Amino acid sequence: MHVPDGFLDAPTSVATGVVAAAGVGIALRRARAELDDRTAPMAGLVAAFVFAGQMINFPVGAGTSGHLLGGALAAVLVGPWTGALCISVVLLVQSLFMADGGLTALGTNITLMGLVGVVVGYAVFRLVLVVLPRKLGSVPVAAALGALVSVPAAATVFTLLFAIGGTADVSVGKVLAAMVGWHVVIGIGEAVVTGLVVSAVIASRPDLVHGARGLARRTALRTGEVAA
Amino acid sequence: MRNRRFLLAGLLVALLLAGVGSYYASSHPDGLEYVAGKTGFGDSAKDPVDTGSPFADYETLGVDNDRLSGGVAGVAGVGLTLLIGGGLFWALRRREPQD
Repeated sequence: MHVPDGFLDAPTSVATGVVAAAGVGIALRRARAELDDRTAPMAGLVAAFVFAGQMINFPVGAGTSGHLLGGALAAVLVGPWTGALCISVVLLVQSLFMADGGLTALGTNITLMGLVGVVVGYAVFRLVLVVLPRKLGSVPVAAALGALVSVPAAATVFTLLFAIGGTADVSVGKVLAAMVGWHVVIGIGEAVVTGLVVSAVIASRPDLVHGARGLARRTALRTGEVAA
Repeated sequence: MRNRRFLLAGLLVALLLAGVGSYYASSHPDGLEYVAGKTGFGDSAKDPVDTGSPFADYETLGVDNDRLSGGVAGVAGVGLTLLIGGGLFWALRRREPQD
């Protein structure tokens, strides 16, 4: 969902730039609480993994593809503030080095994938976790549902931005229907990848999963002893 | 699994995905690009600014072989992300109290 230069007009791009800068600024301060000697390398790995995952486009039919956005995944694995920074770093590298996502659209892309994707993905994850049984096995399921919702949510906010500052004269209703429709399908792929990756990490190192805190206590203690 | 082994295993998976797996990824436009084309605002996209990077469009400048060109760009991207992200998170982390 990388927005290129030109889709949105300058005022809208400046506005999303301000939103992105504010969001990243807050995340930089709050991420400190999530990061220590053990989780900081994990967060670097999560950013690198999301970069790699975003290269794997999967077909979703009719000549369209989707790829992992990674907001929900990163938030569940390393916490929402650090997760937002992970996605922002990925988007920065992509726009600076890969010509993927416009430079003037970097604020828009950070807002959509780094902020909306992470906040919605993590909020749904937390809500679902309240309903599910308090056990480790619930974490990948909740993460997958957060991922599922996060993609159409980001697509909806893109359409909102397009309605405000789209440079082309196109029916917003048509854009909304197509964006949400396709991104629900892409969201299913996002959910599958997120669920699988979170279960794989939980199977080997539940203590490294931010979203599993409090559920992994006994295992974490045991692993801690071995690692120490 | 110990920390170092877990991190190395994860990094290996990321490098394999970006360096090898990406060659097999779908080359169809992604959801936004497709919708833009279908609903008629695709042409409002401007060509990306040339930042002078040798990895624009996930291809490596001067490497003709498609598989190698994409693979090197992918590995470089993973490395750059790890370097910038890892450096940032290491700098931000809470220092353990010395006792």
